[in-house]
Amino acid sequence: MSEKGIKEEIAVEEPATPESQEIPVTETVSTFRLVATLAIAGALAGLLIVLVNQHTKPIIDKYKAEQLQIAVYEVLPDVERYNTFYLVDDALSLSLPDGAKESEYKRIYVGYDTANKVSGVAISRGESGFQDVVQVIFGFDPVSGKLSGMKVLDSKETPGLGDKIFKDLDFVKQFFAGPETPLVGVKSGAGKGQPNEIDTITGATISSKVVISIINNGLKEWRPVIDKGIPQAPAVSANEEVSP
Amino acid sequence: MRKTTPSQDFIRGIWNENPVLIQMLGLCPALAVTNSVANALAMSAATFFVICCSSVLISTCKKFIPHEVRISSYILVIATFVTLADMLLQAYAPVQHKELGAFIALIVVNCMILGRQEAFSAKNSVFRSLLDAIGTGIGFTIALVMMGGFREILGEGRFLGYSLFGPNFEPWVIMVLPAGGFLTLGFILLAMGFFEQRKKAKTEQAVEVSS
Repeated sequence: MSEKGIKEEIAVEEPATPESQEIPVTETVSTFRLVATLAIAGALAGLLIVLVNQHTKPIIDKYKAEQLQIAVYEVLPDVERYNTFYLVDDALSLSLPDGAKESEYKRIYVGYDTANKVSGVAISRGESGFQDVVQVIFGFDPVSGKLSGMKVLDSKETPGLGDKIFKDLDFVKQFFAGPETPLVGVKSGAGKGQPNEIDTITGATISSKVVISIINNGLKEWRPVIDKGIPQAPAVSANEEVSP
Repeated sequence: MRKTTPSQDFIRGIWNENPVLIQMLGLCPALAVTNSVANALAMSAATFFVICCSSVLISTCKKFIPHEVRISSYILVIATFVTLADMLLQAYAPVQHKELGAFIALIVVNCMILGRQEAFSAKNSVFRSLLDAIGTGIGFTIALVMMGGFREILGEGRFLGYSLFGPNFEPWVIMVLPAGGFLTLGFILLAMGFFEQRKKAKTEQAVEVSS
């Protein structure tokens, strides 16, 4: 906006107070003052943000952890507790190298039954869907390779069509019925009764195929690592999660 | 020069100069996040918080801000409050925060807020600026909730999550898609223009009769 435009607006808005008339007229303010004003304002803004962040961060983290925990127990129904394993140098590890950032490592969630035996593995993975990345968490039995569940964590698929991948319970139920892997998507009703078939949703073929592809690719990526063996975890480990 | 009373400052933003429906400001959130009433309310609340805090702070500090850096200072103040709103929403309304996504951060560039700072808060008392900000915030809320209401009722057959028409209602999916936002806004503006014109015609008639 030009200087003139602002002056005109002052005139329309309100009888100009002495200050607002003076400001544009006074000789140029020193550069130091300009820098100082912005620096002080910036410092105060930063301080305020840090203070609020300190207050809200634990709440946000707790909520995220809770959501993840609920999702893991949902896709691994028979699990008593679970551990988070990170992929460090192509092997599974319970702990990260010193000074490493947690968010930079891929991870899986290994579930144990009451006898402390591995009974399921949950993997979270995202791939491009019809609109944006679809984030899915799914659980499977590492011995038989059968799926134990699937949950869509995040998706921006078309309301009314693509969002059926988590709203259409008939579609979701198929993943909890223990299908064998790798999955094959078939048109609804056109299946041959194979144990690895998933009926896709009419009108949401792309979105349903994305879910299937996420699971197949996730298994392809992780099976070799898991088959090398999951390290023994202590019965009660540091990051143990207790079933709600 | 026109003098305004405090009550005019307050009412102006709600109706005569409604930011969305009359001034056509802040259309980006008005179109993007009004696919449900709950989202519209969360967006309005965040914007309301930002505009009120910014107006009060900027009208308080107006004497210390040199004219040359005022816009950058305003943006800094607004961005700070938007970041706070973002973090608070994420902590206390995580579901809505997920739905609104990037549009919370984009409140920074809502020209409605910067416009009020430059045109009003920078030259008026704290009290008047607060009144103006509250009025503008309420006007924004009215517009968003109106759009969210139309779109949720027609697009999903629900209002604030409560089913209205029973299971036989076939939702108009297009209303919750982006196209529905444009349609809704278009029809609301059409209706407003129609009534405005009729009012004008009536007053003109009245003038003719009296003269």
